[in-house]
Amino acid sequence: MNKKLLAGPYLIWMAGFIIIPLALIVYYGLTDPPGAFTLANVASISAPEHLKALFLSLGLSLISTVICLLLAYPLAMILRSRGVGDASFIVFIFILPMWMNFLLRTLAWQTLLEKNGVINGILSFLCLPSQSLINTPGAIILGMVYNFLPFMVLPIYNVLCKIDDNTINAARDLGANFHQTFFRIWLPLSVPGIISGVTMVFVPALTTFVISNLLGGSKILLIGNVIEQEFTKGSNWHLGSGLSLVLMVFILLSMALIARYDKNGEGSGF
Amino acid sequence: MTKTAQLFKKIRQDFYLAAILIFLYAPIATMIVLSFNSSKSRTRWGGFTISWYTQMFSSRNIMEALYNTLIIAFLSALAATLIGTAAAIGINRMRRIPQGIVMGITNIPMLNADIVTGISMMLAFIAFGISLGFQTILIAHITFNIPYVILSVMPKLKQTSRSTFEAAMDLGASPLQAFFRVIFPDILPGVLSGFLLAFTMSLDDFIITHFTRGAGINTLSTLIYSEVRRGIKPSMYALSTVIFITVLVLLLISNFAPKKQRRSS
Repeated sequence: MNKKLLAGPYLIWMAGFIIIPLALIVYYGLTDPPGAFTLANVASISAPEHLKALFLSLGLSLISTVICLLLAYPLAMILRSRGVGDASFIVFIFILPMWMNFLLRTLAWQTLLEKNGVINGILSFLCLPSQSLINTPGAIILGMVYNFLPFMVLPIYNVLCKIDDNTINAARDLGANFHQTFFRIWLPLSVPGIISGVTMVFVPALTTFVISNLLGGSKILLIGNVIEQEFTKGSNWHLGSGLSLVLMVFILLSMALIARYDKNGEGSGF
Repeated sequence: MTKTAQLFKKIRQDFYLAAILIFLYAPIATMIVLSFNSSKSRTRWGGFTISWYTQMFSSRNIMEALYNTLIIAFLSALAATLIGTAAAIGINRMRRIPQGIVMGITNIPMLNADIVTGISMMLAFIAFGISLGFQTILIAHITFNIPYVILSVMPKLKQTSRSTFEAAMDLGASPLQAFFRVIFPDILPGVLSGFLLAFTMSLDDFIITHFTRGAGINTLSTLIYSEVRRGIKPSMYALSTVIFITVLVLLLISNFAPKKQRRSS
């Protein structure tokens, strides 16, 4: 029995529903409606409104990713230190919100942040002036961090759990303080987890249109909103595909970065 | 480290955990409270009511969307688990270079933006002449679920040593027997977690469904999206509460049932 053949159905499936669809996006992105080759769709990213959306997306998603990393790393370290028996329950509590529907989680923040929402209700109860919280870039960042935080926690936690206690104890025995142990042991050994966490947060944050739609109002357009509107409202598929190609360049760049660091991570880790 | 320093560290850690927990659960708690609020205002408590729940359960739209969501999640997770587990075994036996290429392709739907995956599949369905609807959502969900299964089975496969399989063969087991008696129990946790992961990913998906569904079919996600844009109704809070409690109960069962088995064996 040749076990390699077991991958056959999968390969056919992926060819039909991953490779061909991506090829179609490239085709649409590089042609105009009559079907002639053109670079106009891709070049339209340099139009001021598209460029503004792209830079805003990049900025907000970078900030969210950094916040997620800063929140998740200590959390993962604490979770790891809490022993195996307890930990499964504690970890469970921290990833439970991830199992809630993504839209409901965003809806929850809309409820809290709205003009007559819960936070402003509490503020007015305390006789404080009401704040305009929703429809700001801050609200979008908050939504991104809230939605994607578990995607950062899980891979880092998993990687940290694989670190042998003996490695850390050895470092301590050899006289390393916390600072040194962290930068010489913890951090290098957890690079693969950090990298996969960063991508799992950065890519969806960069391309979201839901969070910006629900928490940013219709005024703040991210690149995801621009593309979505081309396909649902504007129905200019060629322009939408062209912009998607630009977006894919950014994703490919981050993939290349990961491929490089992942190799390093494995090389030093094992 | 002295005992006080240790205690201090533990308190600091507990404080951090608590802060993150509040951040994670405050919005959910708010929705649960509001789902019982008879006033439509989000800031005034108008008394306890369950009318939003009866309204939700009697809404045909919501119930249909719920049914679609669950059936798509189950079918797509099942199909993805079958295709994905087989694929993982096949890929594991490949030579280095083809394995690298296939794993690269596997990573595409995981790393690619959902919006691009969704749009590309929509374009493909239209090009293939498959009309958008239940079947296209299902195909799309299977497609993005398979990689999750492969990636959760793969590490378990790498851990199984080939010699146990060969030992089973030497002892007279057929390859199928050897697989199901030796390899399969080892990779079962990976297969199960792959299934669960796929099921959740499907339940949670909005973006890909948004592009690959036709008019007239809704999953919970797409229904919520269209409802929320028209203004939040309290029945959405009731729905959130029901979903949250269901997820909580399911996860508690799945997290604590295997432990009992281990203890008894």
